[in-house]
Amino acid sequence: MTLRAPLTIEPAPHVHAGTSVAWIMLHVVIALIPACVFAVYLFGLAALLTLLVATLSCLAAERLLQRGSAFTLADGSALVTGLIYGLTLPPALPLWMVAMGGFVAMAIGKTLFGGLGSNAFNPALVGRVFLQAAFPAAMTGAWLTPLAAERFVTLPEATLTGPFLAPASGSYDALTGPTPLGDWKFAGGETSTFDLALGFTSGSLGETSALLLLLGGLYLVWVKAANWRIPAAILLTVAICASLLHGIDPQRYPSASFMLLSGGLMLGAWFMATDPVASPLSAAGCWIYGLVIGLLVVLIRLCSGQPEGVMYAILLGNALSPHIDRWTQPRAYGAAGGGS
Amino acid sequence: MAEGLQEVAPTTGAEQFQAGLWRQNPILVQALGMCPVLAVSNTAVNALTMGLATASVLLASALVISSLRRIIPAQVRLASFVLVIATFVTVTDMLIEAIAIDVHRALGAFIPLIVANCLILGRMEAHASRRPPGAAALDALGMGGGFVLCLLTLGSVRELLGNGSLFGMTVMPAAFEPWVVMLLPGGGFFALAGLVLLGRWLSGTPARKGAGP
Repeated sequence: MTLRAPLTIEPAPHVHAGTSVAWIMLHVVIALIPACVFAVYLFGLAALLTLLVATLSCLAAERLLQRGSAFTLADGSALVTGLIYGLTLPPALPLWMVAMGGFVAMAIGKTLFGGLGSNAFNPALVGRVFLQAAFPAAMTGAWLTPLAAERFVTLPEATLTGPFLAPASGSYDALTGPTPLGDWKFAGGETSTFDLALGFTSGSLGETSALLLLLGGLYLVWVKAANWRIPAAILLTVAICASLLHGIDPQRYPSASFMLLSGGLMLGAWFMATDPVASPLSAAGCWIYGLVIGLLVVLIRLCSGQPEGVMYAILLGNALSPHIDRWTQPRAYGAAGGGS
Repeated sequence: MAEGLQEVAPTTGAEQFQAGLWRQNPILVQALGMCPVLAVSNTAVNALTMGLATASVLLASALVISSLRRIIPAQVRLASFVLVIATFVTVTDMLIEAIAIDVHRALGAFIPLIVANCLILGRMEAHASRRPPGAAALDALGMGGGFVLCLLTLGSVRELLGNGSLFGMTVMPAAFEPWVVMLLPGGGFFALAGLVLLGRWLSGTPARKGAGP
């Protein structure tokens, strides 16, 4: 008997879910769109330019640095890094700083570690943390008043500062009041939960509307592009710690709803801590990782000189995740107990 | 009498001198003495002072130890080296304090810590204790020179970007926005990594196999 159809032999896997890096990245972009649109609606032209420059600088850096390698822009990872990075920035940051941070994100945060799949830290946060350390005045002062009347016709003076030049002195003072977290830390004011949830507050592009980010995050979890355990662990830890502390001394510690809805927690928990490369692999590992990040967020926000700590918390969590992976490595089936 | 230290095969003087400057550069290639390199290279003045102090201690110790190489017993050679090095570090420390008290304050504990600089102890063990004083001095000059050059480069770059100045004089236009990070420890790592990258690139060292996808 002879075979009619030729047999094809190929290596595993033989069953494929149909997902790919580009597929995951596409869903992350979809999940980010509401927050991006809202940021532009809230802060106008400056937000649009910031997002655009952040994304383009990341794409350009990836193109330049990955010349001749197997990575392409088509996998969408540079686009996602650029969007997330743009959302972490204050709206009135000079555009040359935005571009520089985007380049640092791709060069130091990603390419130096070996490119896509090898980055030890979330590249977007590496870009932001560099800017925070390099230009602290601009990064903590470039806020805009939300829904300003002329936001679609005029740009803040600082935005178009020439490359490597300092924004004109006093150009930040005229702009706005503090972010909700800064207001609470330095002036004792507490923004209403309603404003925080809807996002009509001052802040970085993506730390305003908690609801829209929550929606995007739930979408990511629904299409299984992110591990739900990580945001769940982070948000639960923050909520529990904040409730306990608020219960002990309501004068000194803000309420759980304030802690959850303010600052970059939603963006960080759903979109940045879930970076599939820089977070642990196992389910138990994800819970530990989220717990550590949540505790660090509470610690940095309440006990340090900084109003916001989500960025540092996630980067420290990233640094810990290879170790968490080692502790929670499941025993191979049939292998003797004790392990390595 | 204890057995003397083993001599090493001599090379030409010029080769010996050039090795430290480039091919065996203590910072770019050997990665020795990194602690002061990262800690005090935030301004050009600090970096230059630290480099010169280390280089002079290196030269003086190399001369003395090379002259004494037949007397120092091999069993207690490290203790003897440290004794000689510590003597010259103390002299240098007091000298800097007398000449430039501000720089001395800025460098803090890092001047006394030259005693523990592995570059110096390494050169004593590997070279000065096994060669005649002339060769040892050439080696020390080359290594010291390479150390000073690298440190000065790092200090200048960090001060220029982090403060817009060089040796305390403002050179960048007034509107330049300084990169504060370059004065912080993180900037030290960035600048050092950049320098090593540049050095590898210039000397044509091939990239590590297996790196990248």
